Amino acid sequence: MKKYDKLVTNAVGREVPTIINGEEHIPFKGVGKHIPTGRKHAPRIASCANYPSDGNKTVVSLKEALIKSGLKDGMTISTHHHFRNGDLIANQIFDLAHELGVKNLRWYPSASFPCQEKLIEYLEDGTINRIEGSMNGPLGRFTSEGKMKGTAILRSHGGRYQAVQDGEVQIDIAVIAAPSADPFGNANGEDGPAACGLLGFALGDSQYADKVIIVTDNLVPFPCIPWQIHGNYVDYVVVVEQVGIPEKIISGTTRITKSPDRLLIAELTSKFCDEAGIIKDGFSYQAGAGGTALSIGIYFSEILRNRGWKARFIRAGSNKYPVEMLEEGLVDYILDGQTFDLDGVRSMRENSGHVNTSPFTSYNYHGKGNFAGMVDVVILGATEVDVNFNANVVTHSDGLMLHGVGGWQNCLFSKCTILPIPLFRDRIPVIKDEVTTICGPGELIDVIATERGIAINPRRKDLIEKLKGSNLPIKTIEELKEEAEKICGIPEKPQLSDEIVAVIKWVDGTVIDSVRKVL
Amino acid sequence: MNAASNKIATAGNKGDRVRSDCFVTLEMKNKGGLIIDIKSKVKVMFGKAIKDLTVDILNFFEIKNANISIEDAGALPFVLAARIEATIRQLVKTDKEYLLELIPENQYQTKRDIFRFSRLYLPGNTPSLMINAGIHKPNGIILDLEDAVAPDKKFEASFVVRNALRQVDYYGAERMVRINQVPQGLIDLEFLVPHNVNLILVPKCEDKAQIVAVNKRIESIKKKKGISGNIWLMPIIESTLGVIKAYDIASSADNIVAIAIGLEDYTADLGTQRTKEGSESFFARSMVVNAARAAGVQPIDSVFSDISDMEALKQNVLVSKSLGFDGMGCIHPRQIEVIHKNFAPQEAEIEKAKKIVNAFIIATEKGLGVVSLGSKMIDPPVVKRAQKSVNLAISLGILNKNWREEFK
Repeated sequence: MKKYDKLVTNAVGREVPTIINGEEHIPFKGVGKHIPTGRKHAPRIASCANYPSDGNKTVVSLKEALIKSGLKDGMTISTHHHFRNGDLIANQIFDLAHELGVKNLRWYPSASFPCQEKLIEYLEDGTINRIEGSMNGPLGRFTSEGKMKGTAILRSHGGRYQAVQDGEVQIDIAVIAAPSADPFGNANGEDGPAACGLLGFALGDSQYADKVIIVTDNLVPFPCIPWQIHGNYVDYVVVVEQVGIPEKIISGTTRITKSPDRLLIAELTSKFCDEAGIIKDGFSYQAGAGGTALSIGIYFSEILRNRGWKARFIRAGSNKYPVEMLEEGLVDYILDGQTFDLDGVRSMRENSGHVNTSPFTSYNYHGKGNFAGMVDVVILGATEVDVNFNANVVTHSDGLMLHGVGGWQNCLFSKCTILPIPLFRDRIPVIKDEVTTICGPGELIDVIATERGIAINPRRKDLIEKLKGSNLPIKTIEELKEEAEKICGIPEKPQLSDEIVAVIKWVDGTVIDSVRKVL
Repeated sequence: MNAASNKIATAGNKGDRVRSDCFVTLEMKNKGGLIIDIKSKVKVMFGKAIKDLTVDILNFFEIKNANISIEDAGALPFVLAARIEATIRQLVKTDKEYLLELIPENQYQTKRDIFRFSRLYLPGNTPSLMINAGIHKPNGIILDLEDAVAPDKKFEASFVVRNALRQVDYYGAERMVRINQVPQGLIDLEFLVPHNVNLILVPKCEDKAQIVAVNKRIESIKKKKGISGNIWLMPIIESTLGVIKAYDIASSADNIVAIAIGLEDYTADLGTQRTKEGSESFFARSMVVNAARAAGVQPIDSVFSDISDMEALKQNVLVSKSLGFDGMGCIHPRQIEVIHKNFAPQEAEIEKAKKIVNAFIIATEKGLGVVSLGSKMIDPPVVKRAQKSVNLAISLGILNKNWREEFK
């Protein structure tokens, strides 16, 4: 089987394959242009007759659960990343697959982390054929160097749900590591030693996979409340010593930046939002967990507090900062997609306004709407932006793929998308003529905020009008690009191989760009 | 070229935490041509540019045979050039200098009486901190060759500082350099005077002879290079003797625009500890303010070193202002805003000043010899101080320059 075939040029001018790992895929047609028809994919019908009548689905080990689930060559195994770099289960699954001599698996994680670097040996020996998900750090480097047997497919959080729901990816076995579960398979992320808040990324897997295994280190008697994952979807429950390392589950980035340059970018961004009239009583926003985004949240909360306003909701990645706002009464709701620290986990347990969400409710593009579009302003990052406002989050300017898409693409549908980024990192300018990889089309990206100036997308005439006469350093994106190149010099383009090692999916399942092997 | 062969020199910094810098090792050879080894995290994008620059510098110094290795962590050209030249100049005796363009943005002069509320210290051998200093809008930046640079790094730092003066845009901040203590500091001047430095800080000043020596050297360099323009001086008083001689020093030359006090060294000299309340330095600070005012120059306060405590900084600024200082040093960009805000006249102060200035203007228009506000007579010095506050508020953008149109 060819890794990919039949290249075409898509609507953003990128050459992409239409056959990937032997399966047909549709090239990107433009935002909102691909409208699927037909019915959603469905899991097999199950019968209570085949499940223990006392509801006890526990089996002795993960190995037994995998064997009972019929693990065999070529299957698709899914995992979630709520434990981030503290995950202990994904590696065990493939250790067992290797031990059982199973080959050619497709790993379908919602994201990968450096703790899964070990899986490189299974990618090399053929236990795993490819990753479809995100490839962060070491796994990304491995993929970029063209060492993966299959072609990687990167999807957003919403796109991952969409692919499962639409039947583009049939999960054979979903392994859901759960901080708390009962013998029937009800599970949540709120309680237990590995508490991570919620399990939203595993929701679609539980609903659509043929076999669902819950792995927990905190088995409680039925019922496990709240039941974020319903036991009615679950085949087996496995109890292990430990599912995750608590201190690594908590992300290291959830601290406000101390860098004066980044604080300046955060300050300029929040001033921009204020002057543009975005911040008002009842507004909503989403800011990531990076240091700059967190600082912007702090500036927002100061503005709300000083004016006696209240935000309606924050879309999060929660951590202690939105939680403080919730508990101070500066916001009605946190709509949480993943919880980054213990304050977030505690708040999810204690505060009725701290609500767990899933990629289905927040991000899925093939639904009857989603939350992302309702957000007034979203603060995101990027590795590169081009003069047409197209942005890249997966590859660096030297061509190496080191990050996943996450919820980034899905968030672009907010009413205003701002990318606060430094104009250059060391010597590398962030604004290019053309980004190395297009992850988001420029028509959805409204503002680039740097320490040396803010560029508004010319399509947003309303924002340009509102900021007329502002003291903020409003510049064109070309001016910003020139300013960076004057300081850094003009970078050469990376020489990349023609060989495609990964493709990037758009939120509707079409292929927006290809990632080439680095030389 | 009179090159010492088979000798090795290094310059720069390396290590996991080093950014925007590089480490250069140069080994002179008798044969074999130029062997250039570049390890760079930006090699894909700038590998050729780094190599071209290296070759150009080696050619400029007529070096034909050498091994040069560059470990680069994203250094900008001005840093690469400084590091390479610093290795060459350790091994080759030459008067030549490899000068990058003095960018048009840096070709300004500063005025004697500009605001000097804040001046941001930047260690002279740490280029990563220099690059973005200007975006935080301090009134001045200080490229520091003195205490912020380790003794064995002083030589290489002078190339970084020289190149930064020519190449880094500080967006209008007054470009200052703190030289080493005289007489060592006199050598530093060779790296500064021809590159449009705006102001020289003369540290550990305790005798006007030091100022005389600095000015003599500045004049001789200017003459040699055929350059004109002002170079201001700001002596720093950092000892008990310096405090006693403060007026002598402040009034020792026409190009002195300010005197500063450095309290770390002063309190050590006094035999005491520096406290947050600062009662131990009250005399010295007042003495410096008094001397500065008597000499007609700006008194500038010491830095506040707890960069995490903005409230304490604010209190420190308010005390400093009440003692009569016109500004202070800062060691972190986040201190700038607090310093500016609190040195600026406060609202009540501006309102009162507006009334006084308005009364003065009306009195002048009416040809009255006496200014009065209500039933109160206003003395000329009070008018002068009010005028200063109004001017300050206007120039800081707190007050509209046509404020009298709306004034009732």
